[in-house]
Formats: sequence, C-alpha cells, structure tokens
Amino acid sequence: MSDCCGTETIEIRAEPRVPGKIRTVALVGPPNSGKSTLFNRLTGLRQKVANYPGVTVEQHVGKLAGIGRSDLILIDLPGIYSLDSYSEDARVAVDVLHGQMPGTPAPDAVLLVLDSLHLRRQLMLAAPVLSLGLPTLVLLNMSDLMEARGGEVDTLALAQELGVPVAKISASRGTGLDAITHFLNRKAEPVAAVSTRIELPVMGNARSYRQWATGISTRTKYKAPLSSEWTQRLDRLLLHRIAGPLIFLAVVFAVFQVVFTIGQPLSDGFGAILNRAGDLIGLLIGHNWVESLLIDGVWRGVASVLVFLPQILLLFLFIGVLEDSGYLARAALIADRMMRSIGLNGKAFIPLLSAYACAVPAIMATRTIENKRDRFATILVTPFMTCSARLPIYMLMIAAFIPNKPVIGDLLGLRALVMVSLYLLGFLAALGTARLLKSSILKASSAPFILELPQYRMPTLRSLGLRLYDRGRVFTKQAGTVILCVMIGLWFLSHVPFHSTLPESVIGRVGQWIEPVIRPLGFNWKIGIGLLTSVVAREVIVGTLGTLYGADPATQSLGLQAALRHDLTLGGAMALVVFFAFAMQCTSTLAIVRRETNSWKWPALQFTYMGILAYLAALATNQIILHFIH
Amino acid sequence: MTTLSELAIGRTGIVENIDLPNEIQHHLMHMGFVPEARVVVVRRAPAGDPTVFGIDGFEIALRRDTARYIRVRELNEK
Repeated sequence: MSDCCGTETIEIRAEPRVPGKIRTVALVGPPNSGKSTLFNRLTGLRQKVANYPGVTVEQHVGKLAGIGRSDLILIDLPGIYSLDSYSEDARVAVDVLHGQMPGTPAPDAVLLVLDSLHLRRQLMLAAPVLSLGLPTLVLLNMSDLMEARGGEVDTLALAQELGVPVAKISASRGTGLDAITHFLNRKAEPVAAVSTRIELPVMGNARSYRQWATGISTRTKYKAPLSSEWTQRLDRLLLHRIAGPLIFLAVVFAVFQVVFTIGQPLSDGFGAILNRAGDLIGLLIGHNWVESLLIDGVWRGVASVLVFLPQILLLFLFIGVLEDSGYLARAALIADRMMRSIGLNGKAFIPLLSAYACAVPAIMATRTIENKRDRFATILVTPFMTCSARLPIYMLMIAAFIPNKPVIGDLLGLRALVMVSLYLLGFLAALGTARLLKSSILKASSAPFILELPQYRMPTLRSLGLRLYDRGRVFTKQAGTVILCVMIGLWFLSHVPFHSTLPESVIGRVGQWIEPVIRPLGFNWKIGIGLLTSVVAREVIVGTLGTLYGADPATQSLGLQAALRHDLTLGGAMALVVFFAFAMQCTSTLAIVRRETNSWKWPALQFTYMGILAYLAALATNQIILHFIH
Repeated sequence: MTTLSELAIGRTGIVENIDLPNEIQHHLMHMGFVPEARVVVVRRAPAGDPTVFGIDGFEIALRRDTARYIRVRELNEK
C-alpha cells in the first residue's frame, strides 16, 4: 500500500549498457520472499514509487544508499512465480529484465531473492532468471529462521550448481548484506561464460523446472526447516469455523474504536496547537488585510484539514500491521464466500478494507486480482468505502448537530451510531454496485481464486515507520499545495469586488446561482461552494466552510460548529454527510482509476453514477427528516 | 483416482493432472501443483470453502470449483 508521491527525484539515465560496469540492479523474487523488506533495507528513504507506463504495475526504484552505494539504482520488480505471462506483473518483470520497458534502463545485474524456508519451490524461479545471462547474486532470505528451525543448505554447492554466487541473508535483521556490496564491487563478469557452465531445464515448462529444482535441492543437501508451529496454531484459531469470523469482526471493530477514541483527543490537541500558532502569527502581523488573508483565509483552512493527520496515520498504522503480519490474506479467505455472493472474489476484500484509509493505494492493490472484469468491478466500487478524507466533514457535522446521548448504555452513543451508519451506508453501496456491475456490464464467468497464505510475521517497526512517513508526507503535501491554493483562491474570490459583503462577492454570486439546484437537499449557497471546491478532495469542504463562515461578519465571531448550527437544519446537515458518503469527490482517485483502467470512460462513469446516487440519497435524507422528524 | 476437492481434511494426495484453461494451469503449476507433487488438505475456510492446501511447505487456498479439476491419487497413509 504505497502511493505515487515520492518527492525524492531519482534520475534514471537511459545510457547504453557498458560491459563490466554496473549501474542498475534489478531485485527479483517470488511473492512473500521478503523482497520488499530487503528493498526498504537497501534503499532506506531514498526510494520512489511510480507506475510503469501504460500498465498498472507499480515501479519501485531507489538508490542503494542502505549499503553506501548511492551511485547505483535498484529496481524492485513485482513478486512473480515464473517468467510466464499469466499476470501483468510477470509481463512487466520480463520486459524490465530484457531492457524492453520504456523509461527503465536495462539492468546490469540481478539480485534474486529466494525464501530459504521453501527453497525447493522457490528455486523454480532461478531457472528462467539465470537463463537471462545477467550477472546474478542469489540471496537466501530468512536464513536465520531456516537455521533456527533446523533447516540447512550447502551454499557453496548451490553456488556451483547455479554457476552464480549465493549468500545467506536476513532482510528483516539486515544480516549478510555485505555479500551484496562485495558482489557489486566486483566487476561484472562476462556473461556468456556463465550460462554455458550450468545446465538449465527446458524453458517455460513448469514440470522440468520442478525436476531441476528438486535435483539441485537434493544435491545441495537442502533440508527444509520444520514448518512454523505458530502459523499452524494461529490459523487453527483465526480460521476456526466460529471463532474465525468473530475475531475478524472484532478486529475491524477494534480498529475503528481505537482510531476514534485515541485519535480524536490527539487530533483535538494537534488542532489546538495549530490554532494557537495561527493566533500568534496573527499578532505579529497586526490587524490588516494580510492578516485576514494569511490567518482567516489560509491558515484556518489548511489547519482545519491538517488536524486529521493523527487519525489518518493511526488508521494506516493498523492496516499496515494487518497487512504485514499476514492476517489480511486470512481475512480474504474468510470473506471469499461473502464476496462471491456479490460476484467478486475474496482478494477484492483486501483493497476494500484498505480503502477505509484511502482509495488511491486500495485501487493500486486491486492488481492482485487476476481477472480483469473482477478487477474493474472492484476498482469501481472501492471509492464507496468510507475513506479517511470523509472523516473531517463527518466529524464536523456530527459534533455540530448530533447530541451526545447514550443509545445502549455506555457502549454506544448516538454520535457513534450515526458514524457507524455512515460507514455501513458506504459499504452497502459498494456491495450493491458490485452486484449491479457483475450482473450487467462486467458480467463474466467466475475466475479462480488462488491465494497463497504467507506465514505470520511480526511487522517490523522499520516498514511500518516507512509507510507512515510516506502517508504523512503525502497528506501534508496535499494540505500544503492543493488545499492551500484552493484556500487562497477562495479568499480572493470572497473579497472581490473589494469592499463588497460576502453575498455580493464573486463567490457569493456563484453560490446563489447554484442554490436552486441544491435547495431541495437542505443546503445553502455556502455549502454549495463547499461542494464545488471539494470536487478536488473531500476534506477541502471543511476548510472552505471555515473560510466562508470566517469571512461572513454575521458568523465571524462564532466557531465553525456554532455557525453551521445557526445556518443549517438537521435535515440539511444529515443530507450533507449522506451526500459525502456517496459522491466521488477526489481528483486523485479519478486520476488513479484512469491510470489503472487505461481509459477515461471508467472514471467518467464512476463520477456520474456516484454523483447522481449522492444527489438522490441526500434529497431523500433531507425530505425524510423534514417530514417525519420535525 | 479422485479429485483434490474430494479429499478429506488431513489427507494427502499425489497430483496426477490438472484440467483447467492453459493460463490457470500454468500458474498453478508454477505454484507447485505439478504431477507427482504431494498435496495435503490443511483446513477449510470458516464458510466451508475455499480450502487451504499444503504443498512444498506453502499454504495455498483454492475454491472447490478449482480444486475439482485437479486429479489426484489419494495416499493411504496414516
């Protein structure tokens, strides 16, 4: 789950390959071989994530700073089982290795990572990779675990069998990495000499790969370690017929509970600090139009979005722990039956769950779904899941309009109930839409569900920290650029022509012009402007409302919550959050959908469908509250 | 001869052949489902399907409607 937004510029020069000189190194390995951990270890923070042109596969590139070779570029290829082109991932890997991927230099050397706990099968990938004839170093990862569990292998014999150097490493502990330094410091050997020395199996035939791999394992005295007792024991419990689903529900519930109970005070505290800082800067500037622009216009707007950083990071932390520990694969297994009933596959569950944090990485995660129609259906419904960008407006409206009354004793309050209902609403919309899509435009015969269950692992602080750093950077960057620009623009438009009152300003006129359309939803023109600006990103509406109510003399002295209560009915407020539950207000998501589906048709369809649904649902909400509750 | 979907939990089968579309078949073979490979039925998902199979020390989950196209001969070992 990473994003497309590294700030580090890593220059990839497309220079011709010079024999004997290494510039670009490719990291190759099967899924779950610990390849990403090694990549993070070798590159540290100096990495960049992007997509390969024209395809939906992520490209991870970094400088080998972790072993003091910042002059070398490491390309992390997607995890693959073979160089067969069953998946898009494998096709990309083959193209990169052959130097046929536009924009990516041909690698001069290969680091092949194999999980030493399952060497017999993992060696099957060595055959096609070695046949490429590039200088290769084979890394037997997790060798510390293998030896601790009684496994062994003769690395010298293995190196002779494969005709390339072999080293035992542990990516998670960072041991054995000096072998990589030695390998890279040595001049790359002339390639042709290598491939003649060893016998490789018939290409493209899984059966002969397998025989070859088994033969080598036997000759190198490979002894597989005992399987992890822990994984077996945990699975007995976590996949238990009754306990499994219950624990699963408890985990999901606990995540939200913690995000709200711990995250809320953190966010409040952070908000107070930001406001105080704003006041202090205001004092320094003095009371004039600069202060009005900087503090009322910009600082308040940006700060009202920035306060949600602690909660968003907490949510990402949890999803990171679930993913890194191996539990998400089990969740997919538990959810497969339910997902099948709506025409999707258990693997679709992982992106849907991570979409609770953000739809952008979730949509990228759909690439593990091999069937294209299943994948498109998942991409189209993912933005219905309640992402963290909806939290700001949900929390604001709920705090302003819903009294803090208990519903079931201390267990569930009215505010929490409304929040849970909104989450449920998005989830049901996703299921309903998936069903609709799979029985109409994306109808297909059911694709097989093939899922490897990795062993449980303790998530490392390093990889979790890297995730949070990444997300935090993306979020603050968004607040500092996109949202900042919107706020400055908004402030000007709400003060032009000069010396006009807010309703007479440009923004006031635009708002009043669109008001008739949104009046039946219980929205006023300020909300209308909020809807327009939040097409950029959902959280922008909170900043916009802050700026607009701050610029209006009638509400200037009130806090945002009080101003809203003063200006909106309960029906309008609830209609607004329902609107946000359904509408597609996120340019980043639209862009990623366009990239992943390679067509504007799908994001356009998604935007229109979600917009119409949002309008109708908000209309119904307002009318129902208007007629039945008041 | 029987199919993988018919083996009970805890039983072991030796893969004979796979009768699935080429692409899927190749993918499964690269994941270890090659003729003569030993497959153990490890456990079923809480809903009874998919089933987790152990092969080469890996655990791979397949739905019943995939497993029934993998022919195996059951090992009569305790």
